[in-house]
Order: sequence, then C-alpha cells, then structure tokens
Amino acid sequence: MLAIIDYNLGNLKSVYGALKRIGLDPIITRDQDVIRQADGIVLPGVGAFPVAMENLKKYDLIDVLNEKKEQGTPILGICLGMQILFDWGYEVEKTAGLGFIPGTVEFMDIDEKIPHMGWNQLHFNQKHPLLKYINENEDVYFVHSYYAKCDPQYLVAYSDYGKANITAIVANKNVMGCQFHPEKSGTVGQNLLKAFKEMISC
Amino acid sequence: MLTKRIIPCLDIKDGKVVKGINFVGLKDVGDPIELAKKYDLQCADEVVFLDITASYEKRDIIKDLIARGASELTIPLAVGGGIRTLDDFRTILASGADKVSVNSAAIANPQLIEDAAKEFGVQCVVVAIDAKKRDDGSGYDVYVKGGRENTGIDLIDWVTKCQSLGAGEILLTSMDADGTKAGYDIDMINAVCQVVDIPVIASGGCGSIQDIIDVFEKTNCDAALVASLFHFDEATVEDVREACRQHHINVRRAK
Repeated sequence: MLAIIDYNLGNLKSVYGALKRIGLDPIITRDQDVIRQADGIVLPGVGAFPVAMENLKKYDLIDVLNEKKEQGTPILGICLGMQILFDWGYEVEKTAGLGFIPGTVEFMDIDEKIPHMGWNQLHFNQKHPLLKYINENEDVYFVHSYYAKCDPQYLVAYSDYGKANITAIVANKNVMGCQFHPEKSGTVGQNLLKAFKEMISC
Repeated sequence: MLTKRIIPCLDIKDGKVVKGINFVGLKDVGDPIELAKKYDLQCADEVVFLDITASYEKRDIIKDLIARGASELTIPLAVGGGIRTLDDFRTILASGADKVSVNSAAIANPQLIEDAAKEFGVQCVVVAIDAKKRDDGSGYDVYVKGGRENTGIDLIDWVTKCQSLGAGEILLTSMDADGTKAGYDIDMINAVCQVVDIPVIASGGCGSIQDIIDVFEKTNCDAALVASLFHFDEATVEDVREACRQHHINVRRAK
C-alpha cells in the first residue's frame, strides 16, 4: 500500500489522481498506524518550509517518517515535500528539516525571473532507477522560488535556469525527491511515478 | 532552459464552455474537462478556466469541475473569475486548482494579494489585469468589471505594486487587442515586462500562429494565452510548438 502523507499542506488531489492513473490505489492519510504499514510513501507539499515542518510536528508524523526511512521504505518527496527532506531550509527563517538527505534549501538568488515557473529540461547527473523511463532533456513542470543545494552524490538530475543548476531529482538510498511536480508533468512525470511504483513491493 | 508556455483558456459559464467552440471529437459537448483533456493530450503547458458564472449560488459547479480537472489532467490548472476573498482562494485551491487568478478584487483590496501569497505561496497567486491605452497615448489605464470601469490606475504603477505585494505571475490582457485577432499588444507587454521580475502571461489579440511567434520574439513574456485559435481547431497546440521550434523559440519537447 502506498501512503500519501496528508499534513494539511496544499492539494493532494492531483498527486492522488496521478498515482491512480498508473494503477496504484494510494491512501491519503496522517494516521501513524496506516503509515507504518505502507510499502511506499509520497510526501507532497505546496507552501512554505517552516509551515511544513510545523505541520509534521503538529500531526506527530516525524517519528514515523524516521522509522520508515530506517526500514528502507521507498519515500518520494515532491516539491516542498522534497525540500523538507534536507537538513535546513532558509525560507522565511532558518528551519530544521527532516535531515534525510544532507543539504540545505536556499533562495534562488539569480538574475532570472522568480519563481522558476514552467517547463524545463532534465539533465542527468547519475544513473538512478527513478530515471528508468525518462530520457535526458525531457521537460517537467517546476514552480518554486527556493532550491536545494547538496553534494553531487545525492544529485540525480538537474535543470538549467540562467546560470544556475536547479536541483531537480535527489536520492539518498530509499529516500528520493523531485523539485518539479510529476503529477503535473504530463507523460514524463507519469513515467517517473511509474519507476517509483516499481520500487514498491505491492 | 525554461520553455515558453502556451496556455489555452476556457471561458466557463454554469459548468459549460461558452464562446463558439468546435466540438468535433469531444464526448460531452461543452464539457470543460473534455476540452481541457484534449489540450492536455496536445501537450499544452497549462490550462486556464475562467469562470464567468454570474450567480454566486451556482459557483459550486466550478468546484466540482476543478476537482475533476485535478484528478484527470496531467498539467497545471489555473482558475479565475469571481475570486473576491481569501476564502475563495482557499476553496478553489482545496478543490484542486494549482493557481488562482484574481482581478477586480485585487484592485478593491490589494491586501488580498499579500494575504494569499503568505497563506498559499506566491506561486499560486496570479493577478489578472485588463488594461487599455489612454487616449492621449501617455500610458495605460487598468480597468475592472470585465473592462466596463476605468479605475484611473496606471498599469505600470499597478504591476509594480502587485509584484511587491507578492503576486507570483501577471496575466496581462490588452483590451485594445482583445477580440481583434490582429496580434498581441507588443507595446503593452514590453512596457510591463520591463518593470517586473515575475512571469508575465500575454493575453488578447491572438489570431494566428504567427501572433504567438511574434509575442515570444518581440517581448520577454513567459507565456501566451490562446482561446479561439484552439477552440475553433484553427491550430493545435502541437502546430504552435512546431512553428516555435522552427523559429528557435524554446518550447516543451513533448511526444
């Protein structure tokens, strides 16, 4: 069973719909017992970093997410859900993230229009099972003003925006994340979710 | 590199698409979701639903449509029309929209932009602006109530203020160009793009594929809003993308 974590942050309908389309039957939940039984976890999120962490605390979800990470359950963070996988976020104020992937999330201080909004091409940094059905240079849909900075060993794919490389897909063992919205990225996004589905034994 | 976006816009009244539409190949005549799915399959970059339902009581219909759109579309959905309060934002976003566009209400209460940006994030706050060149040619005035009322507010002052209040995007409609099918208002779009650092969607006047090429080549806008060209099947989104590619305009590489 795949659990979509509901921590009251942004709309889950699109994520749910996209996972349904690839043949999964996800459960939208904040129930720890349900999450404990999950074979895979999707952590969505739209909004601000501090609010996301505050809500995870409010619903008492941090311990159970840690448990699942330690157990090796595949976890996929999407957009803000990816950003909070890192150690620290600097949106609004310095806030500790989940710390599942070493790195920080910082304002995109570049000479381009912010937010980085629209379709941009994926460039691969390393091989990864998430890329199984995706080709280099395919476009995905981004909308964000902050971006993750991490060691290249965790960087799976990135996009060019002006002079910056925008972290697009990250992975640290069973913990994965994408800055773009696979549920809004047409067939390319669907193909990423399909690859994630294959990592889940259900 | 970020691509230029091509965005079909659907005018919706009481849950049905209005304006003359060529319905060939659609299962349910006038169903916004069927039409939006057609554009999704053509790899449009986003879809806009503009709700022109007059009565407030019937506005639940749009909520159901958005929920269907969110579960069936694979591209972002923006919704505008009749947004007045923070609660309206909340309702539309909770129904599954990715962005909300606000027009007259932002003029009446600019604080709404800031409040919405703080609560939901700048990325989902689109400020839609209808503007028209002043008779003396000294600049542009912002209009509200579907273009019926001149606010006397200068366009450049207003877009600058929108950006500082936290708007994530500007949807700029030229009333002079709208409905003419004679091309986008290049001068007005340039005037706005020069003063803001947030994305700008050009709207009004699109009558041909060449008009879309022109607006991308002659302005720094990020997206082009298209209605009748697509609705009447005069061109598909893919036709536009192919023409853009030939002009070395960076667009989504789909299919």
